[in-house]
Amino acid sequence: MYDIIKHRRWYYIFSTLVIIPGLLIMLYSMLTIGTPFRLAIDFTGGSLWELRFSQPIPPGEMVSFFQSQGINDVNVHTIGNPNTLVIRTKPLDPAEKQQLLTAIEQQFGEKPVELQFRAVGPTVGKEVTRTAFIAVLMASLVILGFIIWAFRQVDHPVRYGVSAIIAMIHDVLVASAFFSLMGFIAGWEVDALFLTALLTVIGFSVQDTIVVFDRIRENSRRRKGESFEVIANRSLLETMQRSIATQINAMFVMIALLLFGGVTIRQFIATMFVGMLSGTYSSIFIATPLLVSWNNREGIFGWFGGRKKARPKKASV
Amino acid sequence: MQSRNNLVLVIIVLLVALATYIALPIDHPDWFNRIVAPHQKDDPNALTLRLGLDLQGGTQIQLMPDLPEGQTATEEELDRARAIIERRVNGLGVNESLVQTGKDRIIVALPGVEDPDAAIETLRGTGQLEFVDLGDTPLPAGSQINTTLGPAPNPVNDKVYETIMTGDKLKNVDVRRDPNTQKPYIAFELTKEGSEIFGKYSGDNIGKYLAIVMDKTILSAPVIRAKITDAGIIEGDFTVEEAQNLAIQMKYGALPVPLKVVDVRTIGPSLGEDSIRRSLLAGTIGVIVVLLFMLAYYRLPGFIADLALLSFVSFNIALYKIIPVVLTLPGIAGFLLTTGTAVDANILIFERMREELRAGRSLTSAVEAGFSRAWTSILDSNLSTILTGLILLYFGSNFGASVVQGFAVTLIIGVLVSMFTAVFATRTFMRFMIQYFAEPLKSKLSWFSV
Repeated sequence: MYDIIKHRRWYYIFSTLVIIPGLLIMLYSMLTIGTPFRLAIDFTGGSLWELRFSQPIPPGEMVSFFQSQGINDVNVHTIGNPNTLVIRTKPLDPAEKQQLLTAIEQQFGEKPVELQFRAVGPTVGKEVTRTAFIAVLMASLVILGFIIWAFRQVDHPVRYGVSAIIAMIHDVLVASAFFSLMGFIAGWEVDALFLTALLTVIGFSVQDTIVVFDRIRENSRRRKGESFEVIANRSLLETMQRSIATQINAMFVMIALLLFGGVTIRQFIATMFVGMLSGTYSSIFIATPLLVSWNNREGIFGWFGGRKKARPKKASV
Repeated sequence: MQSRNNLVLVIIVLLVALATYIALPIDHPDWFNRIVAPHQKDDPNALTLRLGLDLQGGTQIQLMPDLPEGQTATEEELDRARAIIERRVNGLGVNESLVQTGKDRIIVALPGVEDPDAAIETLRGTGQLEFVDLGDTPLPAGSQINTTLGPAPNPVNDKVYETIMTGDKLKNVDVRRDPNTQKPYIAFELTKEGSEIFGKYSGDNIGKYLAIVMDKTILSAPVIRAKITDAGIIEGDFTVEEAQNLAIQMKYGALPVPLKVVDVRTIGPSLGEDSIRRSLLAGTIGVIVVLLFMLAYYRLPGFIADLALLSFVSFNIALYKIIPVVLTLPGIAGFLLTTGTAVDANILIFERMREELRAGRSLTSAVEAGFSRAWTSILDSNLSTILTGLILLYFGSNFGASVVQGFAVTLIIGVLVSMFTAVFATRTFMRFMIQYFAEPLKSKLSWFSV
């Protein structure tokens, strides 16, 4: 039987090597733009205006045009198509918007197609940021509570809950770091959909972990003679096929959405994709090894008192 | 046991047929709609798939009370404001418009509206009527002034005038004509509360100027000639038509609290069409690839899982039509993700079955063991997804309304339906098959990919 658990230190090191640079990117982002991600107008307030012209318009020209209209705080970029400009400014009211549209028509010689317009007031933005934070915190607590309840009949249900939550935080950090990085590379901005992606990653990450933990729970009952480490490893191998098959299926759906789905949800799907990849990885290589490390009182788990590092012969779960 | 399974199978097949019929994009007969969706009986669009603004194009506007720091609108005020906004929206003549109140805001959805900017102006521009104390100095009609209820966009001076009363204290408004001059004027009656406030003020301020102000703009500024208690008139230099418009605004436009637009989201129809086309393509390709994968990987059970997945799709669409669920782009993503969950349940079961078969169990007991052993994993993991969905639903009203909620709703429905199709229906199919084909299948274990 292949021993996955044995190499657990390497998985911890690997994850640390992924997460530390991710944290550094977010830190760098904090230092340069003040937030770990570029924030969309959902959070900052402002307007987002997507206009399609019949020919390419250089974003720089549009910026100077807005400045000539007295709107200095303006950011223009293209997505996918050089004919389509995304213009971000302060919140515009309908009258201002109409004036600008007329002026644009005069300046650029055509009336653009308004693909999308969004305006968010600044007070709403602040409130959204607060609620978003509470939502992620709430989700973590509810899931922690749920796991402790679901595993209430085994020894140390709290360990299962905490290990699953650590794996979940792992996935949230990976997905966030990915998004922060894409903020620098492609100008991605955090909006309400990013939060949805993050919360879904949380849900599915825990789902994957629970499937493995469930098998550990069952095997502990059936194989009382084996050490916890052996049981954990056996459970991982037994659920491996399922983890891979499920991951492949989810990937099919998400790749189809990425390639053929609407542009507006592409960032949302990509974030979810990275998060779910991390979720499958962490349920196998983080959550379960953590349970074993805790059981054996390795490293920081030794601080929690109790038995010595020498592993108990009897399965203690 | 066996005959019971056959009965269940017949019921499932009938349900799938029914769901597929509902899911089909056709006009269903009226009697059918009345039976399947009695709560939609007065709706001409009963049992059609409702598309969100991001798919069909349109504008969503969020309005919030615009009050000085520290003051909040009561639920009742917000509800009255909603009723007024709803009347104005109906006046715009937009099909299937929707006005709802959120926790502290009013959300207006205007699908397919041609000129969103004009619509926004109509919604928020009109309607806050105030009676303002001008003191000894008159101001011409058309001047904008700051009042104690809030500042004007372009005030004629820096002074903040005191608001005596707002338009919600009006009971009745009419246009009449002066019998001598034929000039139109507006006659109004006050509520009991209004009479008390206005009676006291006008009694104390005879000879002073009173401004009737609509949205910070003075409509007229008459001198108070006598104490006015329960009824009064407004004279001004207006035509009959103008007077009538003004009366309508006073009657229906009297918002209990001033509102400001805090969020506008407009999706052009071309982007909406593009999104529908792309989502359909992505969804179809995604589902087909999953169907092929399951068939190739699990063979015979995979084929049954494919049948279950197709009925999963039918059930979901049918439920969207019955409930009804407004389908948005994130909503479609939520649905497609749950196809993954549905398939995951089957994978868990089949992997378990395979293990049992390899351990030398008989086909019948391996199938039963596969389902019963996988069930706790499926239940626990699906419960955690549903919990996440509920949290999204609860907090969703705060970020961008329908965007997050649309996703959460299809996610929750999908997970619940998947427990029915991927576990219950698949098990019934499998039992049926084994019951009649157990002998020939015994030598064909490779069909179970063992």
